[in-house]
Amino acid sequence: MHEPRVYGLMAEFSGPEQVLEAARQAYAKGYRQMDAYSPFPVEGLAEAIGFHHTRLPLFVLVGGIVGALSGFFLQYYAAVISYPLNVGGRPFNSWPSFIPITFETTVLLAALCAVVGMLMRNGLPRPYHPVFNVQRFERVTRDKFFLCIEATDPLFDEKKTLKFLESLNPTHVTTVDP
Amino acid sequence: MSNNTQLDIRQIRATLQSKQGSEYWRCLEELAETEEFREFLHREFPREASVWDDSSMGRRQFLMLMGASLALAGLNACTKQPDEKIIPFVRSPEFVTPGVPLSFATAMVQGGFATGILVTSHMGRPTKIEGNPDHPASLGATDAFTQASILSLYDPDRSQVPLNRGLIGTRDKFLQALSQALQAKKASGGAGLRILTETVTSPTLGDQLARLLRQFPRARWHQYEPVSMDYAREGARIAFGRIVTTRYHLDKADVVLSLDSDFLTHGPGAVRYARDFAQKRKVAGGKQTMNRLYSIESSPTNVGAIADHRLSVRPHDVEALTRRIARGAGVLVETPQSGNHDTWLAALVQDLRTHQGSSVVIPGLYQPPAVHALAHAINERLGNVGKTVSYSEPVEIQPEQSQAESLRKLVSDIRDGQVDMLVILGGNPVYDAPADLDFGGALASVAFSVHLGLYADETAAECTWHLPQAHSLETWSDARAYDGTATILQPLITPLYAGVSSDHELLELMLGTAEPKSYDIVREFWRRHSGSRDFETFWRTSLNSGLVAGSTFPSRNVRVRMQEVQSLPPGRAVPGDELSLAFRPDPTVWDGRYANNGWLQELPKPLTTLTWDNAILVSPATAGRFDLQNESVVEIAYNGRKIAGPVWITPGHPDQTVTVHLGYGRTKAGRIGSKRGFNVHAIRTSDAPWSIAGIGLAKTGAKSRLAVTQHHHLMEGRNLVRSASLAEYVANPVFAKEHQPSAQPSLYPEHEYDGYAWGMSIDLSACTGCNACVVACQAENNIPIVGKDQVLAGREMHWIRIDRYYKGSLDDPEVVFQPVTCMHCENAPCEVVCPVAATVHDSEGLNVMVYNRCIGTRYCSNNCPYKVRRFNFLQYSTDEPTLAMQKNPEVTVRSRGVMEKCSYCVQRISAARIEAKKEGREIRDGEVVTACQAACPSQAIVFGNINDPDSRIAKLKADPLDYGLLTELNTKPRTSYLARVTNPHQEPGTSA
Amino acid sequence: MKREHGVNTVETGPLIGHGQTYGTITDKITSDVLERKTPRGMLFGLAIAFILTMVLFISIGWLMIKGVGIWGINIPVAWGFAIINLVWWIGIGHAGTLISAILLLLNQHWRNSINRFAEAMTLFAVGCAALFPLLHLGRPWVFYWIIPLPDTMALWPQFRSPLTWDVFAITTYFTVSFMFWFVGLVPDLATMRDTAKKKWMKIVYGVLAMGWRGSARHWHRYEMAYLLLAGLATPLVISVHSVISFDFSVSVLPGWHATIFPPYFVAGAIYSGFAMVLCLVIPVRKAYGLQDFVTDRHMDYMAKVMLATGLIVAYGYAMEAFFAWYSGNEFEKYMMFNRTQGPYGFIYWGLLLTNIAIPQLLWIGRIRKNMVWLFLISITINIGMWLERFVIVVTSLHRDFLPSSWDMYYPTIWDWATYIGTIGLFLCLMFLFIRLMPMISIFELRQLLPWKSR
Repeated sequence: MHEPRVYGLMAEFSGPEQVLEAARQAYAKGYRQMDAYSPFPVEGLAEAIGFHHTRLPLFVLVGGIVGALSGFFLQYYAAVISYPLNVGGRPFNSWPSFIPITFETTVLLAALCAVVGMLMRNGLPRPYHPVFNVQRFERVTRDKFFLCIEATDPLFDEKKTLKFLESLNPTHVTTVDP
Repeated sequence: MSNNTQLDIRQIRATLQSKQGSEYWRCLEELAETEEFREFLHREFPREASVWDDSSMGRRQFLMLMGASLALAGLNACTKQPDEKIIPFVRSPEFVTPGVPLSFATAMVQGGFATGILVTSHMGRPTKIEGNPDHPASLGATDAFTQASILSLYDPDRSQVPLNRGLIGTRDKFLQALSQALQAKKASGGAGLRILTETVTSPTLGDQLARLLRQFPRARWHQYEPVSMDYAREGARIAFGRIVTTRYHLDKADVVLSLDSDFLTHGPGAVRYARDFAQKRKVAGGKQTMNRLYSIESSPTNVGAIADHRLSVRPHDVEALTRRIARGAGVLVETPQSGNHDTWLAALVQDLRTHQGSSVVIPGLYQPPAVHALAHAINERLGNVGKTVSYSEPVEIQPEQSQAESLRKLVSDIRDGQVDMLVILGGNPVYDAPADLDFGGALASVAFSVHLGLYADETAAECTWHLPQAHSLETWSDARAYDGTATILQPLITPLYAGVSSDHELLELMLGTAEPKSYDIVREFWRRHSGSRDFETFWRTSLNSGLVAGSTFPSRNVRVRMQEVQSLPPGRAVPGDELSLAFRPDPTVWDGRYANNGWLQELPKPLTTLTWDNAILVSPATAGRFDLQNESVVEIAYNGRKIAGPVWITPGHPDQTVTVHLGYGRTKAGRIGSKRGFNVHAIRTSDAPWSIAGIGLAKTGAKSRLAVTQHHHLMEGRNLVRSASLAEYVANPVFAKEHQPSAQPSLYPEHEYDGYAWGMSIDLSACTGCNACVVACQAENNIPIVGKDQVLAGREMHWIRIDRYYKGSLDDPEVVFQPVTCMHCENAPCEVVCPVAATVHDSEGLNVMVYNRCIGTRYCSNNCPYKVRRFNFLQYSTDEPTLAMQKNPEVTVRSRGVMEKCSYCVQRISAARIEAKKEGREIRDGEVVTACQAACPSQAIVFGNINDPDSRIAKLKADPLDYGLLTELNTKPRTSYLARVTNPHQEPGTSA
Repeated sequence: MKREHGVNTVETGPLIGHGQTYGTITDKITSDVLERKTPRGMLFGLAIAFILTMVLFISIGWLMIKGVGIWGINIPVAWGFAIINLVWWIGIGHAGTLISAILLLLNQHWRNSINRFAEAMTLFAVGCAALFPLLHLGRPWVFYWIIPLPDTMALWPQFRSPLTWDVFAITTYFTVSFMFWFVGLVPDLATMRDTAKKKWMKIVYGVLAMGWRGSARHWHRYEMAYLLLAGLATPLVISVHSVISFDFSVSVLPGWHATIFPPYFVAGAIYSGFAMVLCLVIPVRKAYGLQDFVTDRHMDYMAKVMLATGLIVAYGYAMEAFFAWYSGNEFEKYMMFNRTQGPYGFIYWGLLLTNIAIPQLLWIGRIRKNMVWLFLISITINIGMWLERFVIVVTSLHRDFLPSSWDMYYPTIWDWATYIGTIGLFLCLMFLFIRLMPMISIFELRQLLPWKSR
């Protein structure tokens, strides 16, 4: 394995259809280390570059369960174990009154897990990324779509890959500096 | 002003001499100008929180921080037990155990008459007044005035220094002036010397006056009191040819007729009468008999409220009715032929006749002598004398037949220039003398006048000299009760303020004794008159028990002079179209002497629930006739004199007449009492002190807001106060429990209360709505007053309130009282909703309020069906140093933003528990007595351990009459009520 | 999912104006923040809002110095404006979450152009609401005793109290709403980053964008997270106002103790929420010429939602009255009598007028399309919902079980100042948001465009 001089090659497209098509072909060609970029979520694009499922839902489920248990235990501990008090003749463990808070803690933890999980798995926040070196990449948040095949891909070869990308009739192709 | 500051007395005297102009000084520390005092001054003169207008609240807020500490520092300087030996009721004072309160027996004197009391003293600070169980006029209970008098002791507005024509004076200067004045008098045998006192029953004072009159033969002694017993005395003179004191024995009376008398709430012996009356009234415990009360009244009173039959007539019509009753009873008087209320009177007369010897007729102080004379005659004819009524020598010393007459004489003598020296011992004649006498004007022309009083009041301002009088808890004295029983008053604390402290000392000075001490004077008198060989024992036991053994006046046999009575000319009949007016002493500030007592000012007056003001009471019909609304100001004119005040429409008030109360419109009462209400003395003349006819009433169009605590007066058909007639009760003892919605089953298992389970029972048949409990609770639990504005805003703080509902017609409604405390529900709705567990249940079933945990969400109050919780919306508790001294150290003083409520006097429960634990036993039944229970004259309130089957409370809870309030909410209240049973006559047309 | 096909054409009118492209959308919305200079109108509005905010701060200051006694509350009416406003504001908040979450789940694309706006409104409304539980305490400085923190006294909050539930409900609601709003904002912040000319703007937006680069993988997880959040927020929004309604329904008080409260509180919340959204959107839409993105069809939809929820609320009122009569309980019966004929009766009738009668105009299509009418009706509904809370809180409290304790409640100047002050604060935040953030979700708008367009 030799140290790549570039991060990868990036092709720019002007529509979701094109980038989707391009991604599919690149995958068919055997490229794996690549990523597509778009100003809005393009249905099927992730699958096209071979990214199929995320573990996020599991994450959230666990969060929810932990939230529920801790929420109820907090109240049970306070009202029954730590400092039991006769409040309005109610039993110490008047569990029906504990449900609302249990529910809230459930939602809270689940939601936190969803957001934090998403950011973590996406590796965000991330101030620097090579793709930002491409001048035109600015427009990925406006109206342009990009496909970037990375140098780490075993099939990556600057000339061949360049040729291949150009065959997908993009509006531009640029090398991405590391 | 801490006690460890050294005060240089000489320097202080010097400062005093150098003072010019009206510079008041509050205490020695000020003159000494100690650092602490300057600091104290910087805080301005502190004030009772809420009576103060809005603008000063911010400052108070800031003061809160430092106030307390400063105040306390300032206080212990003043609080010490007097040097003389005073004898505590239970324990001897030699070893004062810190934290263990002592209790001393003394007496509370009003209108000259004594009620025996026990005063609780914490480390030399009197904090609470209870009745003296051994004293005939109290039997352990008290009235509202007595409860509140402890506050007057600490009133910061009390006169604190001798005044010479309004400027600061000193004791020495006064003594010089006095001796000079007396020098002249010695020569002339006292010509031009006059003494003006209120009613006197004090044997010592009487003796001193007698000696003074001997020394100055040409001096005169006058008596005046705005609420006097002139009519009673005159009535007795007509009936018996001599003045006697009448005593009633209501514990023997089955039928009671009140002739415009409020014998249960006002006057000497009222507390005792209420007790005796209630004994015959209560039916709980399976009794099948009870007394019956008829009331003929010209202004709504508590007596009328609980009467089985109430007749509401104009003041002048009472005599006519009395004559007809008298005739029915066999007194051959001439009677008017008018035939109103025939059935009513017939039933009454029949009832009286069938209860010969067990009935009693009680004439009111406000009715003319004739009515009293007739009442005596009726009682004699019915053979009640010696059974339900007895007579004794007059309890007053040298009773004036008419004090009004006595005062008129004094004034006319002054006008004739025969008076150049007047000594006023107590009282406030400039404010409350009859308008026609213009006493104030006359007083100005007296060369040398001295006023001895608690306050630098209206009279003080008109006198040459004013001397601060010591409160009855500060000095030695003695007085007699309604039955003559003498009590030696002992001080619990040295006078807070300097000066000639008591009337005894002043008189003794005039008699020429140097530096007299009340202690020596009183003790000396009794040494001479005790008639016991071992004086020390006599002295000690008398002080200890709070009464002089064997001093009760024996009853005397007197015969009514029937001819005189029967030949009495009928009083003037007032034409129906004339509007008449009744004067009454105020139910809370009496004749104005309590005007500066915040507790009494804020105490809801019975029936009207009015606070902080007096009003012109009119009946709904009369209001309609003159097109009057509540609070609309009207002007009342009589003989060219005028008063103006707001109207309060009072159901049950007689038509064509209005009622006004004394005691308001004070100008120099103090910060609490000045400029409140209107002064009715402006139209009150010496010839008609209690009722006038032919007044003019005119709307002014103005409005004046009145602060009442109860706005809605109907029960809305709710099953709150349950009542039945005796007959119905006998027929169906469980009537109270009928139509009782069943409590819902609970989802949850119940908490077990083994051990003590505290509960309260309130007998609605016995409650007279006299308010004693309300003030007692306020005194015991450091409940602040909030002021008129806050009451208007609906924020009064009383922990126990007396709900008053009307039933039946608007013009002659039935009135029911219902004292409401915290119910201490076992399933307390308030507790469940508190987010911080600031109100929870303890193991004995008390619903406890944890002040320092409360964050003030007020949710508990919203969720309390009984609305008994009170909230400190602002900083209500005061940082006033002297007032702080009154606070009960066993009870937390609550700060702003904290909820509070009735605690069943938990501090008393724990005190009893500690005692019991020390002796290794259970708390005995009756050992825990709540403040309201202790004060209640009719013993309507019972408190105790429900789990103890032998306890009184357990028995009452088991009584068929027992019912709980709003039990359908499944709150399981620990406070329950005994349904109200009345005893109406069976005759038709006599329904109450 | 037929997302990518944007508008389905049988609908009445487009969701997005013709001739718009990815670029134009982006430019329009970003330029409003980045280029366009602050319009006079906005400065003026901001100034007024700021003054009102100062009024709020003054009221709070006085409150801290004197205590809640400066308000009109008393015994028996121990809760007044504070709680009324709390419920009112919380209710308003609900539209935001509903639009973003529930409509997302229901796959209602038209939400895309208003959700950002509505979410912001939610945040600020909840913020204003959260003020009141603190301010209304007798001793606000110890508010934290409601939060379960271990302390030396080993004391805990009392978890049976609805007020404790409130604390958890409101904080959770605020946190989740905030995350929802912010997550939705991230891609657009990236857009701002890349569009902004000035360096410092680039830095600020850049930091906030956390280096978002629109990677397909990211988008995948992003959408999943967004969907999950929506799934969680939906029951949450329902629960929050239910919990608020527990404050009343858990008590024993006639007029509070009602099982119907949770659903009809939630309906009322959404009702007032949409009304508030309209009150804000209509002027803004005009001022910024956003007709292409927030089209008449949006207005029409929101009007219909209001109509529907309004009818649910009406049903709630009807049921309250019915239960009162059917229960045969004397207290319940009197409660209803007192509402309609008591001293506060006029407020109840005013409520029926503003909340039930007038909104029926929304049946008429022309009125739904007429912005002036719509605006006025929305205002009316907001007033009506406030009156509803007044009726519930005050009218129920001032006459409950024992007639002896009945009394009246009159708000003081400070009650009003505090209330109006929070409106000022709310508007302030709203103005700042419009000025500093893309007020419409750009990337979601892009999704609305049919694909073939360039």
